[in-house]
Amino acid sequence: MAILNALIKKESLHIIRDPRTLLITLLMPLVLLLLFGFAISTEVRNIRICAVVDRHTDETRAILERFRCNEYFDFQGLVASTEQNRMLEEGLTDAILILRSASGNTESQIIVDASNTTMAQAATGYIESVVSGQSGNSPIISSTLYNPQLKSSYNFVPGIMGMIFILICAIMTSVSIVREKETGTLNLLIVSPIRAYTIILGKLIPYFILSAVILAIVLLLAYGVLGMPYSPASIVNVVLFSLMYILLSLSIGLLISALVRTQMAALIVSAVAFMLPVVMLSGMIFPIDNLPVVLQWVSAVIPARWYIAAMRKIMVQEISIEFLVRELTILASTTAVLLTLAIVKFKSAVR
Amino acid sequence: MNISEYAITVKNLTKKFGDFTAVDRITFDVRKGEIFGFLGANGAGKTTAMRMLCGLSVPTSGNGCVAGFDIVSQAEMIKRRIGYMSQSFSLYQNLTAEENLRLFGTIYGLSDREIKTRSQRLFQDLDMESMRGKRVGDIPVGWKQKLAFVAATIHTPEIVFLDEPTGGVDPVTRRKFWELIYRATADGMTVFVTTHYLDEAEYCNRVSIMVDGRIEALDSPENLKKRYDADTMDEVFRTVAQDAKRTE
Amino acid sequence: MNAIVDISRLSARYGRTTALDDVSLQIDKGELFGVIGPDGAGKSTLYKILATLMPPVSGGASVCGLDIVKDYRDVRSRIGYMPERFSLYKDLSVQENLKFFAALFGASVRKNYDLIAPIFRQLERFPDRKAGALSGGMKQKLALSCALIHRPEILLLDEPTTGVDAVSRSEFWEILRSLKNQGITILVSTSYMDEANLCQRIAMIDRGRILGTDTPARLVDRLGERLFAARADNMFRLLEELRRLPQVKECYTFGATLHVVVSDDFDPQQAARIMENCGLKDVDITPAKGTIEDLFIKLTANEH
Repeated sequence: MAILNALIKKESLHIIRDPRTLLITLLMPLVLLLLFGFAISTEVRNIRICAVVDRHTDETRAILERFRCNEYFDFQGLVASTEQNRMLEEGLTDAILILRSASGNTESQIIVDASNTTMAQAATGYIESVVSGQSGNSPIISSTLYNPQLKSSYNFVPGIMGMIFILICAIMTSVSIVREKETGTLNLLIVSPIRAYTIILGKLIPYFILSAVILAIVLLLAYGVLGMPYSPASIVNVVLFSLMYILLSLSIGLLISALVRTQMAALIVSAVAFMLPVVMLSGMIFPIDNLPVVLQWVSAVIPARWYIAAMRKIMVQEISIEFLVRELTILASTTAVLLTLAIVKFKSAVR
Repeated sequence: MNISEYAITVKNLTKKFGDFTAVDRITFDVRKGEIFGFLGANGAGKTTAMRMLCGLSVPTSGNGCVAGFDIVSQAEMIKRRIGYMSQSFSLYQNLTAEENLRLFGTIYGLSDREIKTRSQRLFQDLDMESMRGKRVGDIPVGWKQKLAFVAATIHTPEIVFLDEPTGGVDPVTRRKFWELIYRATADGMTVFVTTHYLDEAEYCNRVSIMVDGRIEALDSPENLKKRYDADTMDEVFRTVAQDAKRTE
Repeated sequence: MNAIVDISRLSARYGRTTALDDVSLQIDKGELFGVIGPDGAGKSTLYKILATLMPPVSGGASVCGLDIVKDYRDVRSRIGYMPERFSLYKDLSVQENLKFFAALFGASVRKNYDLIAPIFRQLERFPDRKAGALSGGMKQKLALSCALIHRPEILLLDEPTTGVDAVSRSEFWEILRSLKNQGITILVSTSYMDEANLCQRIAMIDRGRILGTDTPARLVDRLGERLFAARADNMFRLLEELRRLPQVKECYTFGATLHVVVSDDFDPQQAARIMENCGLKDVDITPAKGTIEDLFIKLTANEH
């Protein structure tokens, strides 16, 4: 126990004496959350739109009037049909609405500049609803549940959490162990009579505590600044899942440290092998349902996918834990497997 | 006194880091074609002084001339005219011996033709033909050291700086390396060398011993031994360096 | 008392390169034993195996009667290992490093302070200095203190004096002698041949093989060559000219002189005359006493 204390104290000194790294680890979640929460948004506003109308009717006038008033659109006025292609080609407008009158009915056509797909999809949807809103033939009443304002921060907070813990826990743990390999101090630990699991605990505990602090910061921001909905029950679940996920990430770090020799390798393996899939395939940015089937299978073995899914359910939908059994089981078993594997590998590497 | 007799002239060279005076008003000359041993205890300021001479660090005060150029205002000119080799053999391990030479030749602005003829000659002179196409990582340490020396002198510099070139090397290889140095000086090159092996100090034409940032002794090994009534340079060094205060 | 370190027919490999080839050594309790050889000779590998950091490919070794493979955990508490490279925590202070290593072995700094006191005295002046900011000599003393703080029976010192200046080196050997007098067995390696004489017995090692094990004096006796020291005004030319003589088997620089290994029909006066006829001045050729370095050169010369 005294030995473990000494190891933890030593590790804490390493962390404190490297203030630059510490600052980055504490600031990174903050910056990422604020960036995604405020600055970057997938909501589409100010869509520039022109209209081509062959014959004005009351109906076309009403439609155009609605575009003029709508805050999502920047109505640029009417253009001649000969102009429409040039407008799009030169990027002077984002969308063109063509209204034709045929035997009393108004036919509409939408041409959207899809060079930015996200914008094009959103724009098409908006335009359809603005146009059809009047016609009365097929009224669509849409209501969005859980995130009625479609705030993108609700979507990103769980994703960022999934990324941050992999990043910080895996990189910091693996780099700190591999650094000891490089400087030779790990050999001195090994030739002392302490056991391998004491070395492991001496590494995991300090970084677990540090990660818990980061979790607290993230949650404070998410609830306090970004205004995520909260209830005591959901917070308990969030903390429960997150701590397990942190342990999982630490195990990944430990595993990496047992397999590589240099700090640079540890960094690259953590970043490329673990962080990239988290960003690309975990549903953090790209919805899993949109992925090709093969990649969907790949994403199923990425722990972050299940963590992020669970976080979305808890934080956004505020679902209670009995609906999260699948995620919980998967995460818990992955953690157990990874931790065991990491310990076995590490023990054989240090023996 | 004709200045062109000297490869290096240094006057009152000083380097301070905050309150700490790493190099304290050192003054010395190195003649052309000389092997100059630059000795000193750990932390005496050797490396700092050497960095200033190579134009890598700007002195706090004092001045110096290396290969006829001022170490402050003409550092770039100096870098072209000197060679530098350190203990850690700064060669690219995954390039072959020949590729390394070609690289260093190109860096120093030699033409392909010059590189070709020179490396051809060097490989022959050093009996290294068989090592030519081998990767440096696979070459035995003695050959690697020779190769590093060759790479540092491929551009026929006026002065070559050797920073502990023989650390940890076996006695036979060490001696062969010194023969290489002798041969280079016979061709007119000036050699400025640091070492911890004091028997190697005996091979130098003149030796300086730095203690706590200052040059405490400077003369030929023979004269130094006479002055300190010692049989070997080892004894001379101990006598001069034992009073070092600086423990850093 | 049997050998405290008993190495028998030990071999080790890294991939396809053989690092140690059938090495056998016995070291007695309380001995100051030197392992002398150049970089890459296999010294560090030998140390890693004895320190239980690496298993041998074949052969075995025991330390204090304990097998280094089977009883590795017990071996670890009996040895103090100081690796070749400075391996302490550079961002921790002198005091913090010492306390940490004491804690690892469950030892108390206070109880064992008498052992390290002579070494640690110079470091006491700056207990809060970071280990990374110490000079070479000081780092080495701190590393030795940390290796000693649990009162090991055997000290394994892997090239403790490499890159350290002559004054600090002789201080360090002074320390080793006093530790030996306290009954600690010391196994020290070095690439400085002149340090051989400071050991009771040495093993000369090159390319993974032991060239000879004995007291330095008895090893030098094995040289069995006629040896002369030569000097002249131009040493490099003297070297070249002497090598041309048929009676000269080997000629190499040796400090301020050249050492000349010769056959029985060598006549120093005659050789001096020949040298002077070549235009050399102040030629002086006198009989010389061989050293470990001469022996090493002889034993390894044909490999080069």
